[in-house]
Order: sequence, then C-alpha cells, then structure tokens
Amino acid sequence: MSRDIAILGVGMHPWGKWGRNFVEYGVVAARAALADSGVDWRMVQFVSGAATMRCGYPGYVAGATFAQALGWQGAQVNTSYAACASGSQALAAARSKILSGECEVALVVGADTTPKGFLAPQKGERPDDPDWVRFRIGVTNPAYFGLYARRRMALYGDTQEDFALVKVKNAEHGLENPNARYRKKFSREEVAASAMVADPLRLMDICATSDGGAALVVSSLDFARRHGRQDAPRIAAISTVTPTFATDTVEMPDLATDSAAAAQPHRFRAALPRKAYEEAGIGPEEVSLAEVYDLSTALELDWIEDLQLCQRGEAARLTRDGATRVGGRLPVNASGGLACFGEAVPAQALAQVCELTWQLRGQAGARQVRDAKVGITANQGLFGHGSSVIVKR
Amino acid sequence: MDANNKTPVLEGWFTLDEAAPHLLGARCSACGTYYFPKQISFCRNPDCSGERFEEVRLSRTGTLWSYTNAAYKPPEPYVANEPFQPFGIAAVELEKERMIVLGQVASGVGLDALRVGMPMELELEALDDGKLVWKWKPAAGGAR
Repeated sequence: MSRDIAILGVGMHPWGKWGRNFVEYGVVAARAALADSGVDWRMVQFVSGAATMRCGYPGYVAGATFAQALGWQGAQVNTSYAACASGSQALAAARSKILSGECEVALVVGADTTPKGFLAPQKGERPDDPDWVRFRIGVTNPAYFGLYARRRMALYGDTQEDFALVKVKNAEHGLENPNARYRKKFSREEVAASAMVADPLRLMDICATSDGGAALVVSSLDFARRHGRQDAPRIAAISTVTPTFATDTVEMPDLATDSAAAAQPHRFRAALPRKAYEEAGIGPEEVSLAEVYDLSTALELDWIEDLQLCQRGEAARLTRDGATRVGGRLPVNASGGLACFGEAVPAQALAQVCELTWQLRGQAGARQVRDAKVGITANQGLFGHGSSVIVKR
Repeated sequence: MDANNKTPVLEGWFTLDEAAPHLLGARCSACGTYYFPKQISFCRNPDCSGERFEEVRLSRTGTLWSYTNAAYKPPEPYVANEPFQPFGIAAVELEKERMIVLGQVASGVGLDALRVGMPMELELEALDDGKLVWKWKPAAGGAR
C-alpha cells in the first residue's frame, strides 16, 4: 500500500514586515490553499496548525485559532510546535490522520509575526536557561553561522566570494517570486560591501526574520482520484528525526557539543534527509531540485552536502559552476530561499513544500525548474528539531 | 587584577584560579561522558542509565575548531560599554573530553591572529560589567 498523500492545494501570504497579527497571515494562506485545491472549507476534516513560542504567539494555540478564524465547522484539530520544523510536524500529523483512515482531507497552516533585529531570549536572570546563558556571554545566532562558515573555509578552502555567490544566485531566483520579501538583485560587490556581522559573514550573508504564512490542503490518494486530481504532486516522505548522541556540531542555544568520549559523534543535518530518502525509496541522484534552510549563505553549502547532492567540500564548486541555479543541473532554493524570504519560523517548512508543489506542477513562472519530478526540503532549528520532506509527481 | 574579588558571570561554571583557570564540568560515573555545563541529573548517552556524576575540571587547553566575531552589540542580557567594541568568539575542541566549547576570544587578540587547528588555552577576563568570564586565547608557546 502506498504511504503517499496528495497535495491538492497550496497558498501563502507574502513574506514581509507587515506588523499585523499572525492569524491574518495564516488565514490568507489557508484561503489561498483552499481555493487552489477546489476543496470546500466545510469538507476539511482535520486542521493542523504549526506554532511557535516566540514572537506573536503567547496566548494562542495555532490550530484552533486558524480554525476559528476560518469559521469553526467541527473539524478535528491539532497544534504542533517543533521550532523551525513546526510546519513539517503539523504536516506529519495530517499525514498520519490520512494514512490511518481517520480523515481524508486536511488543512495544514503555519504563520508568524516577528520583531525587528536579533532574536533575543526571555528577560530576567535565568542561568539555568541555555538560551539566556549564551546571550549573557554574547553568542547570538549569527555567531553560530559564522563558526560554521569559517570551518568550511578551513576544511574546504571556501571563500567569502563563494558565500556571496549563494546570495547573488538566491536573489536572482527570488526576483519574480510574488511571495518573497526581498526582490532585489545583488552583485558580489554589494554583498562584500555590506557590514560585517559575524566574520566571515556579512549582513547580506545572513537571513532576516519575517512575517508570513503558508498553507497546504492534503488528502488521501483515493480522495484525490475521486476529485479528478490523480496527477497532484505527492508527499513521499516526511523526516522529523531527533539528533543522535553525540552531536558533532555546537548548535544553538548550546555553548558546547555533546562529549563523544563514550559514543560516536553524529551529524544531525545529514541524518534528516537520510531518513527521508529511506522512507521515500528515492535516492539523491533522482532529486530535481532542493529547498534548503539558508539561514546563512554558507549554510546552504553545508545543506547541499548533507543532502548528498555532492561530495563533502564540493558545494562551493557546484555553486561556482552554476549547477545550483535555475537552469543548472540541480537548482537549490529556486524560490529565493531564506535570503529572499527571511525566516517566519512556523510557516517556513510549509513554504518550502509550497514551492516544490508549484515547481512540480510547472507553475513556478520565471523561476521554473525544467521537468521537475522530485523535490526535497531540509531545515533545522532549535532544540534538536529539523525536518526533510520529499515531494514527487 | 585579583580574581578573588570579582564575581563570576555564572556561579560555579569555572574555577577562579586566575593563573590556570578551568571550566567546571561533570563526568558520568558509569560511561565517562563529560558534560558542560555540569548541571546534569541523568546521563544523555542513550546506552547509559547513569545518574551519578562527579564534578571535573575540563581540559584548559584545546584546538581551535573555528572562530568568528560579534561585530554588532548582542542584545540583553549582554552588557557592553559604549561605544561597543567587537569581540571574537572561538569554538575550541577538547581532546580528552571530545567536545567543543565556545567562549569569547581574549581581548587584544584579533581574528587575524587565529587559525583553525591552532592550540588555545583558557583565561579569565572581566566583561564590561566587571563580572568574570572564561575566554580563549592562543596557547603560550604558539603553534605545536
């Protein structure tokens, strides 16, 4: 029996800094996804919301909040919180309901509203909270990205110019994406002229935080067939594994890795897609395009390798050769990525799946990847959360 | 500077021996896994059910895994004088513990003095609010 589900509809609220409540972004995205799917809201049997604990959320429970705003109609409801993987876990909840036969069609929604500047911890004197401790000694999110980037330079000979090329490419991809927040071309010189934030990374190497919303309508394959949508793109895998002890990389918000004194070190970012490939029965050589979490330009290069799209240390060369551009043999972040969107935490993993859906349907306009058949996403966030989703047609 | 008159930024995270300071970690009595910080009640090694830990002084020297800097003033609870002076951040790999520990780079050490793989050692220094913190600096004696 197939473990796939169908993606009937996708929708987004454009990313930006709109200064409104997250509910509005979620509802706009949900209504767009419903309209795209042709499924009437009354037919939706399960509403799965993606949440965050920061920013605009305190006091809200995402799933029920979106369901109420759309008009409570008695559907089952769920809320998932998993940092940057919240969207994928909300999608996984919907898939489980569908595959278990508890429902046939579900709506998955994620949205966020964000403050300006650095993400900062809760106030007060709280030495037991690792997030508070690392800010107390001056270690912000970009510092981690800077450490990873410098490590690449030392291990593989990557240069700041290589990192800038990632920004130049993603900026070009996002130019004509109506949902992207930043739609402006950048040259390598402009990236190099932007302010240093966490050496070797400059302002234009690091993603912003944004407001935005994304939604999907998903169903059983049987439901899709009955509604004439047997050709709809399918979700072939959703990986939301935890890291395996001992972690080999210092991750936010920690100040130290696990000790590998009594256990082998493992790389979390590589484990996420490994599980997805295994679940889908699809190999990296079959991938047409990837949407990865480019919190920094250099991190996109790490992801390309973690997705096994090239050997370790070769991602910069792949980028220099133009392979990762739309039109190249393996486009990465055809949407423009976080470079053009900025991060809207609970919406971002769903936005990645929206992009793959448009690409696999051939509806991506100027950024269309030719003959896209298999797409993969990857993201990672705080507290050992991450995800990788495979979409195929 | 007499470290004994200074307050550590985090109580119990490091020794106040200014000549040769150590970070204070924990070691699982059952499997030998190290922890930093030391607040741990249950061993996180999935194959170990250890619940007893000894406080240990972590190695005060290691190898530079990577480095960066804070070119902008971090948000609260970080405290900094005006005008803000950028500072370095180092990730140092401890050989015996097989773990990587972050810390600021000693003031006066520019990023151009650092290179991945070089030996580093721990020192104590005051933050702008006078509280003591651990920092990493190139090990005395230079490259191995």
